[in-house]
Amino acid sequence: MTTWHDFVQVNSRLPEWPYPIRFGKVKEIVSDVLIIGGGLAGCRAAISAAQKGATVALADRGNAKRSGAGGSGVDHWHGACTNPCSKVSPEIYTRAVFDSAHGYASGLVRYISTREGWDTLLEAERMGVQIRDVEDEFKGADFRDEETRLMFAYDYKNKHILRVWGYNIKPAMYKEMQKLKVDIHNRIVITSLLTEGGRQGNRVVGATGLNTRTGEFHVFKSKATIISTGGVGRLWSFIPELTASSSMGDMNNCGVGQAIGWDAGAEFACMEHTMPGRLSGFGYAPYSMANAHNTYHGTPIVDANGKEVPWVDGSGNELNTVAERFLPGPGQKFILGDGIGLSVYNEEYRNNSLAPDLPERIRNGEFVLPLYADMSRLPEMESRVIFNMMLTHEGKTRIPVFDTFTLAGYNQDIDMLQAPVMLPQGYAHPNFWSAGINSPPNLRALAGGGFLVDWDLRTSLEGLYAAGGAPLFGGGCHGESHTTGRYAGRQAADYAKSTAAGGVDRAQVERENERVLSPLEQNRDGIGWKEINYAIARIMQDYCSTYKSELTLKAGLRLLEELRTTELAEAFASNPHELGRLLECGSLISVGKMVMHASLARKASSRYLDFYRLDYPQLDPPEWQKLLPIKQADGRVKVRELSFNHHLEPPYTADYEENYLMHCGL
Amino acid sequence: MNHKIYIVPNPPTPNRILAFDAEFCNGCNLCVDVCPDDVMMPNPEPKQPPIVVYPEECWYCGGCVEECARSGITLLHPTSQRISVNWKRRETGEFFRLGMKNPPPPNEAIPSGKKKFVRKRTK
Repeated sequence: MTTWHDFVQVNSRLPEWPYPIRFGKVKEIVSDVLIIGGGLAGCRAAISAAQKGATVALADRGNAKRSGAGGSGVDHWHGACTNPCSKVSPEIYTRAVFDSAHGYASGLVRYISTREGWDTLLEAERMGVQIRDVEDEFKGADFRDEETRLMFAYDYKNKHILRVWGYNIKPAMYKEMQKLKVDIHNRIVITSLLTEGGRQGNRVVGATGLNTRTGEFHVFKSKATIISTGGVGRLWSFIPELTASSSMGDMNNCGVGQAIGWDAGAEFACMEHTMPGRLSGFGYAPYSMANAHNTYHGTPIVDANGKEVPWVDGSGNELNTVAERFLPGPGQKFILGDGIGLSVYNEEYRNNSLAPDLPERIRNGEFVLPLYADMSRLPEMESRVIFNMMLTHEGKTRIPVFDTFTLAGYNQDIDMLQAPVMLPQGYAHPNFWSAGINSPPNLRALAGGGFLVDWDLRTSLEGLYAAGGAPLFGGGCHGESHTTGRYAGRQAADYAKSTAAGGVDRAQVERENERVLSPLEQNRDGIGWKEINYAIARIMQDYCSTYKSELTLKAGLRLLEELRTTELAEAFASNPHELGRLLECGSLISVGKMVMHASLARKASSRYLDFYRLDYPQLDPPEWQKLLPIKQADGRVKVRELSFNHHLEPPYTADYEENYLMHCGL
Repeated sequence: MNHKIYIVPNPPTPNRILAFDAEFCNGCNLCVDVCPDDVMMPNPEPKQPPIVVYPEECWYCGGCVEECARSGITLLHPTSQRISVNWKRRETGEFFRLGMKNPPPPNEAIPSGKKKFVRKRTK
């Protein structure tokens, strides 16, 4: 008896709300530093700020022990450029990413991530995360350094990407936060930033939130605030009944951090950059199907008759041996690796992969579906490191895949896992389980845009910092989230030390309290949060898809605002859980509007941004190769121009290391 | 068929995302506590497994299973996912799938790492 239906039908009564209801009550929390979002970046920010002596409060939407995109683990750590075995320097790595993104990337964020990534990982080791093969399970393997016992991924020559045993990484961070007496507030949906005088563009002095179990309103007062929230997965794609199980972002990915920053007047870059909704959940449970990508890099794929699909290097040359799948090809500098928040790689940094003409070869009958993973074709240690190590530590794999599959009798030594059976074009990318081909073509996802920050990871607003793969412009993925969180935590603590508490505007708090609770009292004929979310996604799919124009974007803006003032204004929530989800719909609308405004500002098309204006079809004209930072001031949208290299131009120096050393706070 | 029939909405989809083993679950609600999306609620009846109220909000991270010290929870992928997970035995050509009626015996493989994995469920 574990479903609501079971309970109701067995007991012939409704279960009462199990938590005390505190609608109308207000709780005040005062700290030097407030962290909004307790994922990897938020936990690391809390830890480093507390280590610097700041008092820290952290608000998380779920429970910071296991929440966030990295909440269920990590199997490899990118950009550990300063580890003792690495042959890639932080600057060379940063330039490789920057060049691959054709300038639409944040050089400073990437430099900080790679300069401190290894130190950040060492700190995780001290907190109880295994980062070395201490039990000598893989002694003698090509991917292992015998002295340090570090293990490498993707590029065994350059050794800058490390395999890690990170299934417990969140619980380990959580324990550390408790040890440092971080004031953790779980189940809080943050609803707004508080600014001095309640004015857009002023110093940030705290935030408001609601407990989604009790309904209690929270007022956080802080000298410095860090936004380290998640992505905005629910913006274009919302069919959780179908997609939640196969998504790489959970329901809490609703752009709260971006929305409150936008409303407070912070500046954003590249919000017009979107990509097809490949990991949006129209595929299969992550890592549950045969594929040859990311965690499964190197996996031999065979067709129904046992014929193996060839591998090619970054330049398209066919590879003859398994060992070559883990080495840069001739003419390549090094392999950047998969899963670093980059959608296109320059040839000299591209990963080895399955033959890209596989779809055509399936169509002409050369390879017969279904395809399978045949791990018996790998050296024993390569097979074991994928199945017993990577697949038990990567996010959403230990219980959902490894434990579930082995309990069901799957044995990779004697069995071949099947790949999805899909349209031939679906095999163009080796990440078969995400089955991008099955996503509706009008679905998009944000692709790297976010808060524009300076070398302190400070946003354009005084007192407000940003960290993490999702909210930062050019943020990256798992390791980058830890590292930027750790860096931003230091900066925020230093700032808090140097300043007095700002004045919280009582009227702003009261306005927000009233707004937040209003769905409880409105027209009970109103609709619920899911129906609103479907409507938001529909507007984004129709008016802000791959092809855009002035008229359709403006129509989309009008419809989003109309939805906010009509159906959303009348929507109802019958308990704190529904109220939290409904408030998130308001955030989705804010982010959707920001994306449309950013798209209107770019009056040119760009292949690098996967951005196509029907009314400005010229691709990447030189005069449009720049950033267009966007913010709100006095309720109006302001756009300015910024060079790609702004992080190496005055007031900064032209040298990465110099800027870093001047700002890193170490 | 002598039980009462009630007016209830359609079952949510997916529906049975977690199986709680009555023999092991003592209703401690640790799983409820850590779920990132708050899909479960404590059962009003003491010492009973939680009620899954919002199954469509579950993203199958498995955090609840890892948190359960008493090994009382099994994660169940939605039927559309289970039906997709197929494998073929290399030597015999036999087909298997996740959720099949007479599955092969469990594979005793253990995860790599310092902390040795003990398969919690004994049944």
